[in-house]
Amino acid sequence: MGILEGVKFTKEHEWAREEGGKVYIGISDYAQNALGDIVYVELPAAGKKVKAGDAISVVESVKTASDIYSPVSGTVIEVNDALEDSPELLNEDPYENYIAVIDPENLSELDKLMDEKEYREFCSEEE
Amino acid sequence: MAKLIFEMSRPGRTAYSLPPCDTATDLRDRKTAGQTGSDGKGAQEDVACSLIPERFRRKKDAELPEVSEVDVIRHFTELSRMNHGVDNGFYPLGSCTMKYNPKVNEDIAALEGFRAVHPYQADETAQGCIQILYEMDRMLKEITGMDRFSLQPAAGAHGELAGLMIIKAYHDYRGDTGRTKIIVPDSAHGTNPASAAMAGFEAIEVKSDERGGVDLKALKAAVGPDTAGLMLTNPNTLGLFDENIKEIARIVHDAGGLLYYDGANANAIMGICRPGDMGFDVVHLNLHKTFSTPHGGGGPGSGPVGVKKALEPFLPTPLAEFDGKQYRLDHDRPLSIGRVRSFYGNFGVILRAYAYIRTMGPDGLRKVSENAVLNANYLMHRLKDHFDLPYDRTCMHEFVLSYGKHKETGIRTLDIAKRLLDFGFHPPTVYFPLIVNEALMIEPTETESLETMDLFADTLISIAEEAEKDPEKVKSAPHRTYVSRLDEVKAARNPVLVHMD
Repeated sequence: MGILEGVKFTKEHEWAREEGGKVYIGISDYAQNALGDIVYVELPAAGKKVKAGDAISVVESVKTASDIYSPVSGTVIEVNDALEDSPELLNEDPYENYIAVIDPENLSELDKLMDEKEYREFCSEEE
Repeated sequence: MAKLIFEMSRPGRTAYSLPPCDTATDLRDRKTAGQTGSDGKGAQEDVACSLIPERFRRKKDAELPEVSEVDVIRHFTELSRMNHGVDNGFYPLGSCTMKYNPKVNEDIAALEGFRAVHPYQADETAQGCIQILYEMDRMLKEITGMDRFSLQPAAGAHGELAGLMIIKAYHDYRGDTGRTKIIVPDSAHGTNPASAAMAGFEAIEVKSDERGGVDLKALKAAVGPDTAGLMLTNPNTLGLFDENIKEIARIVHDAGGLLYYDGANANAIMGICRPGDMGFDVVHLNLHKTFSTPHGGGGPGSGPVGVKKALEPFLPTPLAEFDGKQYRLDHDRPLSIGRVRSFYGNFGVILRAYAYIRTMGPDGLRKVSENAVLNANYLMHRLKDHFDLPYDRTCMHEFVLSYGKHKETGIRTLDIAKRLLDFGFHPPTVYFPLIVNEALMIEPTETESLETMDLFADTLISIAEEAEKDPEKVKSAPHRTYVSRLDEVKAARNPVLVHMD
């Protein structure tokens, strides 16, 4: 599972991956599957300051609308504009398609999250 | 598929036949009466036109459908047959209280004194109408244990917004301006956090405990000097009565917050217990649900908001008053949050609900709630062996089943709901509350007979069996409706908002 190496997960089914000191965040495969066909993604504004646990985005599917919480504190420095016209990208490849990039205040916040193995166990308990 | 009335339109076809107008529409120019202008149109039409400044006149004729009378009648009769309402079948839509709406309500609302009244009439010429508003306020106070109601909000979520604005005005008036957060349980109606955000608060979610009530520990951790209030439905969206309500009220009040009661589920408690006695400071009721006025498809609804004494000055203006002789509308209320709706709310809806309350009386309303609870428990017990029941407790007016563990057939709650349409039932609410996986939320209401509920239970059980034996049939349902599965994803991603050109 090379693709998920170094990827961390929250209990709310977001993923976070550190790359060059920045943190990419998105939703997990479990999350996109549970949400069903995603029809709209409300993206945060670049420059927005967030605390870990703050809602930074809303993902809307035919079934429901869900808040997406930032796994780390910091500043939103980039958003994935492609999701505006093609929200289905989150269904097609949730790990390739991030929602936003955060310039983190404290990278060690990532250590509190689950790794892939822990997350898989967490998901099977949720079933 | 039925055609749109615009597609049936043929140039020149009309549903009326009138002789040419033989009087001038403009009395300043009697000479033109009955004459025809050079463009073939009546001269009086030109006169009428000349009264409207050039820049406001249409350049093109309005594109209105041109159809005959029989076309109009057939078109709308056909549409009404495609519809499902409580007048043609069972409608167990959880959290919506789709009870039968007695037709006597319509007779009352159609009385000429109500029907022909104008909202700009002077108070002394509209005494009966103001009396209805005044008495409705008093009756709702008695039912809920509050001190004063405004009947203005146009529906439930509007009542929530008005109630939260009152909470905000109250804190602000006392100079207590740091209260920015509204606490909402995770089982709440989606409108609660939405209304909180609309009113400028931040919504904070608290989890439910294993019995389906508010988790007291989580609540204690969530309250503080920034707590403006808590929004709660009781019974909650699981159809369960929160037994800790007094303790919940104490925790919120001790932190300086106020309690808001979402009255969507009031059909369970009338004449039995009252939000005011439970410790709530603000309440809204949905007259269109609990008090039997037609809704669904847009209502109109009515969502009166009631408050305890300390909050009364902040209620929307005006309020109906009575000095022992005359009824009047009091506009002199300096601390009021102002108007939240034009005139006096949806008066026709208030009137129907008034007729209902007067018809039932206090004992009748108690029986309504008792039967609503009895019916829900009966259906729950008939269905609990065939579906999962995540919170197995005595329910109130509704209950929530789960159809969660059917990976092998791939059948989901949505498929079960669609299949119900084939048997002439409106499906229950599905996928709500969010804390129950693959939820089916069933509210039979008090107006259904044992036979109707048995037929519904038998049908639902047979669909559950069919889902195991012939899953394809359920997955492709409905089979007997005008349209089957709609492409909801495509509709949401690429909405087509214009029908023709």
